[in-house]
Amino acid sequence: MRDVAVVGFAQRQMPEFDGSPTCVEMLVPLLAECYEQTGWTRRDIGFWCSGSSDYLAGRSFSFVSAVDAIGVIPPVNESHVEMDLAWAMYEAWLKIQTGEVDTALVYAFGKSSAGVLRRTLGLQLEPYTMTPLWPDTVSLAGLQARAGIDAGAWDEAAMAEVANRSLTDAEKNEYSIRKGGSSVEDLLARPMYADPLRKHDCSPVTDGAAAIVLAAGDKARDVRDKPAWISGLSHYIDPMGMGTRDLTRSPSAARAAAALDLSGVEVAELHAPFSHQELILRRELGLADDVRINPSGGALTSNPMFSGGGIRIGETASRIWSGEISKGVGHATSGPALQQNLLCTLEGRN
Amino acid sequence: MGKQPAAVVGVGQTHHRAKRLDVSMAGLCREAIDRALEDANMTLDEIDAIVVGKAPDLFEGVMMPELFMAEALGAAGKPLLRVHTAGSVGGSTAIVAASLVQAGVHKKVLTVAYEKQSESNAMWALSVPLPFNMPVHAGAGGYFAPHVRSYIRRSEAPTHVGAIVAAKDRNNALKNPYAHLHNEGTTVESVLASQMLWDPIRYDETCPSSDGACALVIVSEDIAAASPNPAWIHGTVMRSEATTAAERDQVNPQASRDAAAALWKQAGITSPIDEIDAAEIYVPFSWFEPMWLESLGFADANGGGWRLTESGGTAMDGVLPVNCSGGVLSSNPIGASGMLRFGEAALQVRGAAGEHQVDGARKALGHAYGGGSQFFAMWVVGAEKPTN
Repeated sequence: MRDVAVVGFAQRQMPEFDGSPTCVEMLVPLLAECYEQTGWTRRDIGFWCSGSSDYLAGRSFSFVSAVDAIGVIPPVNESHVEMDLAWAMYEAWLKIQTGEVDTALVYAFGKSSAGVLRRTLGLQLEPYTMTPLWPDTVSLAGLQARAGIDAGAWDEAAMAEVANRSLTDAEKNEYSIRKGGSSVEDLLARPMYADPLRKHDCSPVTDGAAAIVLAAGDKARDVRDKPAWISGLSHYIDPMGMGTRDLTRSPSAARAAAALDLSGVEVAELHAPFSHQELILRRELGLADDVRINPSGGALTSNPMFSGGGIRIGETASRIWSGEISKGVGHATSGPALQQNLLCTLEGRN
Repeated sequence: MGKQPAAVVGVGQTHHRAKRLDVSMAGLCREAIDRALEDANMTLDEIDAIVVGKAPDLFEGVMMPELFMAEALGAAGKPLLRVHTAGSVGGSTAIVAASLVQAGVHKKVLTVAYEKQSESNAMWALSVPLPFNMPVHAGAGGYFAPHVRSYIRRSEAPTHVGAIVAAKDRNNALKNPYAHLHNEGTTVESVLASQMLWDPIRYDETCPSSDGACALVIVSEDIAAASPNPAWIHGTVMRSEATTAAERDQVNPQASRDAAAALWKQAGITSPIDEIDAAEIYVPFSWFEPMWLESLGFADANGGGWRLTESGGTAMDGVLPVNCSGGVLSSNPIGASGMLRFGEAALQVRGAAGEHQVDGARKALGHAYGGGSQFFAMWVVGAEKPTN
């Protein structure tokens, strides 16, 4: 395997983006930030890959206008996944591993506020028997949270603890759109939203975009003193069927963790759009008690669709560049109730 | 470590039809997957990873349908990727699957691309009004007709060349049991007599709207050793350009020319017309055969393409047989159409194309394009292991 590192990262998150559903306007400054961080121009990028969703953009081919943000004259080597930024990064990492290219810029975007997000995401369900009932994704997460409480896997106080820590950490993150910790008691006193979920147990509807730059070997060392080297990258998917899964577990997350070396991880940025899902992930990853979880505030404080997972990897990389940590793990999820999961370990060794 | 050799050892496809009411989306995919696995002499359990491709989700009305189909596709407990790059997606998906092997990450990868157009309405899905975007209420034919007219003007082509392509592909389709259209007795005259839809494109010069899927099994060198006839991947390429720009040449886009140049270089091919034995080129409207022949470097620009077609050079017994399967003109499950081109190219070099086999084919091109001719995906496969 070639040594490949994350050497650039830029993000934008907001409650409501005042622009087009393709988010082209948001991508231009993000790409500019990536060029500034790396000292490159777009012609130094060997491969491009984006992640987005047609259903979120309310159109077919949501990525078509987005490539205008790159400026694709002359043409570029480019691809697109109907997935989160983290999987776009995976495709770019593969491309670098084939030896065809040495650098890649991946980006993702989504305007969640353009529709009613929890109903839009309901269209991911099995279309013949489940979608006609149209259970929304917040309700499905509520069923998952209830299953865990009934099984004694967690309780509402543990969920509130996750939310309180996230909201407190978010105060230091300029991109978090919900912030301000208080206490577990205070949070538990707030009204139910989708029993047993309170609003702070659910990620806020977030518009946003993010970009990640990858480089191999010396190209990475040229950009940063401490590139965030990708030491492991693994992802798996579980069946969707909500009635046949143990909703208190996430086998695909456990499998991804088993494929990596998580020992010595100091920070874990977990893409948990609902508070109880962080508890599931901590268990499946087998993280030690001293691992710092979501110092960015995590997805509970800001969760732009289709970049929310990749942002976890970018946040982890940023802490390696600064020297704050020497090893971390970023996580991304997709599908209802933690169906699909990706883990990426990053290390500061040189 | 460098790029690892990869080969196609299994190809499967569905019987393509206007409406496959007998199967669900997952059932449609499984029909292609099961045939590909049988061809590869493998079971689903042996597969390391699965790559799914399809065109817009609005075509079926399900957001990211690979999520609900994960179990049916055999992906439970495995890595699953979903690619979407417009009409080129079937090709791009095969390329991503190949890169999993070429990167040395996996040894046995299954890839499937599909479209079940009868679940929704493609014309509607393509015509959602977009702010600040030119409306394309005419559908794909209306969009491409001006490009074709421009080609005819620039190349001074006789106006019956499109009909030659359509008659050839529809007759080739009679030799392909999976093709959607089996229109016996199609002749240049009968095509010319069909209804004009978008001048100069007549009804018989357009692709059908199909339900269908295609699947490939792509494996590493050591696994391919067990196959009697692997199709080795000699080169892959993807290129994208802008949708709208004053300097764009939609008839012969730079992304297409760049992609072809990069592909031939990667595959060590200096004279495509002499070295390629069969080509599966994405031709949704008849005139795109001569247009792409020129753009791909098989013929001189501004006229070489239609001369090659008119001379019979692209027929089954011609110098460069093009779309022996019947091509997109005979089956068009959009998301799968690109993978069908890639898979049919593999069948040719494996000597497994049945009645539409080109005798002694050793190297073949698979080609796909999408959007408004701004997205391209291509590969070259060969009977021999690549030397580069």
